[in-house]
Amino acid sequence: MALVELRNVSKIYHLGGEEIRALDDVSLDIEAGEFISIIGPSGSGKSTLMHILGCLDTPTKGTIQIDGTMIQDATARQLAGIRNRKIGFVFQFFNLLPKLNVLQNVELPMVYGGLSARARRDRAMRALQMVDLENRSKHRPMQLSGGQQQRVAIARALVNDPKIVFADEPTGNLDSHTGEVILELLRKLSQEGRTIALVTHDPEIAAVTPRRIEIRDGKISRHIDPKLAGQPRVEPVGVSV
Amino acid sequence: MNLLNSIIVGVKEIWSHKFRSLLTMLGIILGVSSLVAMSALVKGMENGMKEALIAMGGLDKVLLEDQQVPPYQEQLSDQAVGRTIDDVHALERSAPLIRLVSPEMALRGATVSRAGKSVTPSELVGVWPAVLDMNLHVLQYGRFFTPLDEERASSVCVIGAGIRDELFGSPEETGREIVPLGQILNINGQPFTIVGMFEHYESERDRKEREWAKAHPQEKTNTGPARMRGWGRRGGWAFWRKNLTVYIPLNTMWVRFRSAAGAANIPDPHLTDIDLKVASLDQLEPALQQARNVLMLTHHGIEDFAFQTQENNVENINSAIHNARMSGGIIAAIGLIVGGIGIMNIMLASITERIREIGIRKAIGATFRDMFLQILVESVVIAILGGAAGLLASLGAVHVLQMIAPTENTPIITLPACVLAFASSVGIGVLAGLIPAFKAAKLDPIQALRYE
Ligand SMILES: Nc1ncnc2c1ncn2[C@@H]1O[C@H](COP(=O)(O)OP(=O)(O)OP(=O)(O)O)[C@@H](O)[C@H]1O
Ligand SMILES: [Mg+2]
Repeated sequence: MALVELRNVSKIYHLGGEEIRALDDVSLDIEAGEFISIIGPSGSGKSTLMHILGCLDTPTKGTIQIDGTMIQDATARQLAGIRNRKIGFVFQFFNLLPKLNVLQNVELPMVYGGLSARARRDRAMRALQMVDLENRSKHRPMQLSGGQQQRVAIARALVNDPKIVFADEPTGNLDSHTGEVILELLRKLSQEGRTIALVTHDPEIAAVTPRRIEIRDGKISRHIDPKLAGQPRVEPVGVSV
Repeated sequence: MNLLNSIIVGVKEIWSHKFRSLLTMLGIILGVSSLVAMSALVKGMENGMKEALIAMGGLDKVLLEDQQVPPYQEQLSDQAVGRTIDDVHALERSAPLIRLVSPEMALRGATVSRAGKSVTPSELVGVWPAVLDMNLHVLQYGRFFTPLDEERASSVCVIGAGIRDELFGSPEETGREIVPLGQILNINGQPFTIVGMFEHYESERDRKEREWAKAHPQEKTNTGPARMRGWGRRGGWAFWRKNLTVYIPLNTMWVRFRSAAGAANIPDPHLTDIDLKVASLDQLEPALQQARNVLMLTHHGIEDFAFQTQENNVENINSAIHNARMSGGIIAAIGLIVGGIGIMNIMLASITERIREIGIRKAIGATFRDMFLQILVESVVIAILGGAAGLLASLGAVHVLQMIAPTENTPIITLPACVLAFASSVGIGVLAGLIPAFKAAKLDPIQALRYE
């Protein structure tokens, strides 16, 4: 059984009588240890997919299973627990709390996880070491550069040792050089065995990951998976790289 | 997240908006302090009234008053005798449920003078020794009237300490207690010998204040007039009045001051007052019935008298206190409710301002309960701080109230009032926080994150 199993998931919004299919019958498996990118033009449904995968949003149709838990049947409380322990989320706009310092921001998931203050501190410092920011632990997010803020956000996503990390355009708000640093960090984490799925609309970034999924109008239009030796898995058949 | 963490987060949030939080607390501060100050005022009023009631003779005292002859007896009104010493004798003889009868014959507008100083006593009355028990007087120096004084209509008097203060000087002025026994003073020009003097009556608070002043003599705060009068603070009206009493024997009053007023060469025998004390308060009604029966005989069946019990006074006092308490309570409750609305308002504004933060917190694992508690704790902490500040402010408020409206009654801040005020501020904090907390906790993470 895959770590994440998405089956026939649709997300439909109704805007003034008009039906918007942000996701249209998407099926997808993510195995533990995979490094996967989701690419597509603006408005194609990448963020919607990410949010559903990250248990921030619920599908209109279809089922989703993460690490053995059926998400569509879970209570709000269970979902909060899954977000807290099994999923790390990295946002395009960092989403750090401006009133807390770097260390407190990284500690926050463990505060909701119910860890002791000591354990929280130790683990947060270790996570900050992983992103090379342990000397900035007392700074406020506003005192850091964008790239540094994103690294803090990655440390926060990693601190509870999640099963999978979702990153929605983690470099979208950074210049190309800083973006590369972030990307390098994600690749390093992937090599250490973490499962990472990232969203981008930049083919160069997508080229970094072994497995790539292209989305168009809420549907998976192309699927490049080294395990399938270049065979597209989902209709319509596209061109392999 | 545990409760301690929530409290820390809440306090930090409040601290980061110090001025706004202070403004928010203001309503609660005003509500709590007005509740405590109001109840302190009412308590002081209650104590003052009860002390005054005792000073005027206690609960078991009944006044026998003149009354218009009732309409059905109008044709007999010229035969109405009024209250005389006969009534007193009859009551003493035949009304065992009446423990004490004290006849009084007052001289109105009398002036008491000595060596160029003069004073108008609050009452100048001819009395029997029964008056001591009746009006709860304590004779500190000398003696009261003997049967011989009464028999001979001697020119002797017993005075209150206030009369001494006016004519001979008060201990505060002279630095020593003057005991004017054997001295002569003039009552409307007639010489009387002082044979006794009552103790100085004062309220509990005044006594303490005076003793404190005695213990700290170096602090000369007494720069104002030596003695404040009337409704002024010192002593209160009832005590002031009681201290300015002059008593002479009943017979002396009748012979010396009533001879000009009577008819057929007999001085006017009417008593101005007959005060009664019942043997037991439980037997008040039967005792009054008994007294009435006796008096109907002496008054030849003409009901030209009536009883006035202190019960009426007690009822008046109780209803006055009840009213004061109600109106004070309502004002304080309005203050607290307004404070609560203020808190709710600011909490709603605060969560709207923090929607993104709430979204982030939920995205990384905060549950409904976590968010609900965080907001509720914030609101309760504001209310608790406001309540505590309100308690402190009430100390000041009491002083201000006293300065604006000085009364003879010291406001007394009571523990139950403080507890009630504090508990209601906490309760209001909880109530005010419920709706904002619920709104925050129910936010959808995605919508909250998208909010700009
Ligand atoms: N809350 C919403 N209500 C209505 N429509 C929505 C809502 N959220 C998303 N959509 C629609 O769903 C579609 C997919 O949106 P989504 O944000 O997933 O796109 P995206 O691929 O992430 O785009 P971008 O690259 O610009 O971030 C869009 O057409 C969008 O208008
Ligand atoms: Mg997007």
